[in-house]
Amino acid sequence: MTWRPRLAEGTAPVLVVLLLLLVGLAIAGPAYDEPSGYLALLKRAAPLMILAIGQYFVIVSGGFDLSVGALVTAGVVIAARLINGSESATAWVILFVLGFGLLVGLVNGLVTTKLLVPSFIVTLGMLLVLDGAIFLWTGGAPRGALSAGFRMFGRGAVDVPVLGAVPWSVLILLAILAAAALFMRGGTGRALVAAGDNEAAVRLSGGRVDRLRLLAFVLSGLLAAVASILLGGFASVSAQVGNGLEFRAITAVVLGGVLLGGGRGSVVAAAAGALSLEALFTLLNLLGVSGALESAVQGVIIIAAVAYAALGSGVRQRLRLWPKQRNPERPAQPASS
Amino acid sequence: MTSGIATNVRLTGITKSFLGVPVLRGVDLELRGGEVHAVMGENGAGKSTLLKVLAGVHRPDGGTIEVDGAEVSFAGPADAQRAGIAIIHQEFTLLPHRSVAENVYLGREPVRGMQVDRRRMVADTRELLDWLGEDGIDPTDAVSSLSVAQRQVVEIVKALSTDARVLGMDEPTAALADHEVELLYDLVRRLRERGIAILYVSHRMREVFDLSDRITVLKDGRFVTCAPTGELTSEDLVRHMVGRDLGEYYPDRAAPDDLGPVRLAVRGAGNDRVRDLNIEVRAGEIVGLAGLQGSGRSAVARAVFGVEPFTRGVVEVDGVAQRVTRPRTAVRLGIALVTEDRKGDGLALRQSVRDNTLLVRRAALSGARSRAKSDVKALLDMVTVVARGEHQEVRFLSGGNQQKVVLAKWLAVEPKVLVVDEPTRGIDVGAKRAVHELLRDLAKRGVAVLMISSELPELIGMSDRILVMHDGAPAGELPAGASEGAVMALATGHGVGDAA
Repeated sequence: MTWRPRLAEGTAPVLVVLLLLLVGLAIAGPAYDEPSGYLALLKRAAPLMILAIGQYFVIVSGGFDLSVGALVTAGVVIAARLINGSESATAWVILFVLGFGLLVGLVNGLVTTKLLVPSFIVTLGMLLVLDGAIFLWTGGAPRGALSAGFRMFGRGAVDVPVLGAVPWSVLILLAILAAAALFMRGGTGRALVAAGDNEAAVRLSGGRVDRLRLLAFVLSGLLAAVASILLGGFASVSAQVGNGLEFRAITAVVLGGVLLGGGRGSVVAAAAGALSLEALFTLLNLLGVSGALESAVQGVIIIAAVAYAALGSGVRQRLRLWPKQRNPERPAQPASS
Repeated sequence: MTSGIATNVRLTGITKSFLGVPVLRGVDLELRGGEVHAVMGENGAGKSTLLKVLAGVHRPDGGTIEVDGAEVSFAGPADAQRAGIAIIHQEFTLLPHRSVAENVYLGREPVRGMQVDRRRMVADTRELLDWLGEDGIDPTDAVSSLSVAQRQVVEIVKALSTDARVLGMDEPTAALADHEVELLYDLVRRLRERGIAILYVSHRMREVFDLSDRITVLKDGRFVTCAPTGELTSEDLVRHMVGRDLGEYYPDRAAPDDLGPVRLAVRGAGNDRVRDLNIEVRAGEIVGLAGLQGSGRSAVARAVFGVEPFTRGVVEVDGVAQRVTRPRTAVRLGIALVTEDRKGDGLALRQSVRDNTLLVRRAALSGARSRAKSDVKALLDMVTVVARGEHQEVRFLSGGNQQKVVLAKWLAVEPKVLVVDEPTRGIDVGAKRAVHELLRDLAKRGVAVLMISSELPELIGMSDRILVMHDGAPAGELPAGASEGAVMALATGHGVGDAA
């Protein structure tokens, strides 16, 4: 059998949207006449894309992770306090932040799978706990400072032949995206999606559904920690750095055509959803639309994307230009195999 | 309300295509008041589409619909309802936490002043229930407290409350337990006596012969024949449906030297639902497990597979005692279970044929991923799945092809013991035959097969031995080719009948 590129169900729209937005950017902004403009966009989008990849794992397996925004804030605040400007502390603090993200994901996952609390509630609780803890610890004004070494991941760039200076964050993003795509093609990744589709079928096929779900939360927590390291490089240290990122990540995933409730969608499309979102905000900014509208736009997008998915085959069949699947019956005699 | 005038509906030359693919190619159908008209055909023959055309869900591309001699055109289900046509769907549409009367009049509640007239609602519902002779249901009962069969009655009452004179029933026994099927027969007969025209769509040959007055056969969207039930034999019907003579239904049984060592042994095992089980299944053997619904047949399957494990006794696989406490253990020991509910827990419907085929291998085994690449096509060919490709989602396949994918996912791990629960439920005749041949083929290759089926001809035709369950315990064992009477005698707890 020859390999041919194949789009997962629901992936095509986001790619069209992304393309339109990129063309829009090229028309609207002089900065987007050359690759460096797009590289800068990708750099800005990297943390959100990484969060969306993490969120994808949780959503496609049938859950939600609302704790990632607070986790990003926690990561930045903790890193600033622990490093406190000291270059030598950078390495172990990075490991500590990653470990912290992993631990939060582990707790989310264990409470969801073992205590059977819906993930929406578990991670909402985690959001509040982290928010409260950060406030208590910092008194609202984070202290300390990040080292240059830490900030390099968000700010720095390396020289790559042909492309010139490529930001670290873009390289990290591409590595994570490639790894995630590879993972989703493999057995465990496919089983994760199947668990989001029909838990009982996976269990009766000998699968460990709880472990798969747990893995999704751990990956989400870990990737949120990675995102916090990148964001720490971009932004100033504040207790608001991660505010609202969880909803932005969910919007991105939904925009990527991933089915809420699980069972369908591709991780690359989820990342493309995040990039589209960032491109849209950039475009609106270029067009002089107030930044205050961002969350309203986000709200409209999430409703529209879910509505589009829910209207489902009805609308899509009418929009479809060629008959891809016959739904109700098996009419013509298919070629006998 | 329901008067005594019989309604006649005539469909002539109905055609319907979806996205350019013809599903109905000129179908004629006549329904008469006081008559049960069965429509049969393989999956994909166009039965459901025909039903939906009648119900106004689909508009036909061509052909005419006449009600009592006047040509009509339905723009939607509401039009069909006004013409007195209602459909009882496979999936029930009742709200479990509301009362029977509230469900019957859902969205059409009678009002008095500003309020729902509950008294009238209850009275009208009671009148309809009485008319049907269903005094076991009270209009004020919550639907959640009713049995599946009673819920079906409520669905029918709901249809009758809109003054329906023509009822379409789509696989009405699919959701029913064996003893409830008789109740449904009764109900259908009462509806017929009261002048209702019934369109009865079913796969089950016996039901159709028991109930219908006339049978219409469809094949590939075409009208094949329509004849009074008395003039058809089941062989005729099968020939019309598949367009060929199936002749002998079942593959040859195992010869004595085909049998190998005991692969699965259950000794003195039991749990909350079953007790005193002693089962041995040899390599190359198909052992049938018979019994009425609720006799513990499926509980045995679930226990062997570790879903609801045995709490007493011993399970041996290839002579080694094993503790099977969860499905994962069972799978890794080489036990496979094809459950009776392929959509509920057999398949991940939104995943592709390929992903479902590889599901067990991926979910239960480790380090085997390298093997997972190449042989999906071989597996699918072996079970003769007809799909658009490996990447088609399984929800778009017919029931028969879905079941073949379930079998493929187990074949992918080469099981030693295969437990199948209702392997051919709801699939068409051609696919049934393919599944039967596949099971026998697997047995020949040394798999031990334990087969559960409510269809006695199938169970008897396939099995090398038959174990009969009654009330959670084995009631006896019968040799190959035992009569239905002998099986039923044991299953109903009357000891071995004279026909054994």
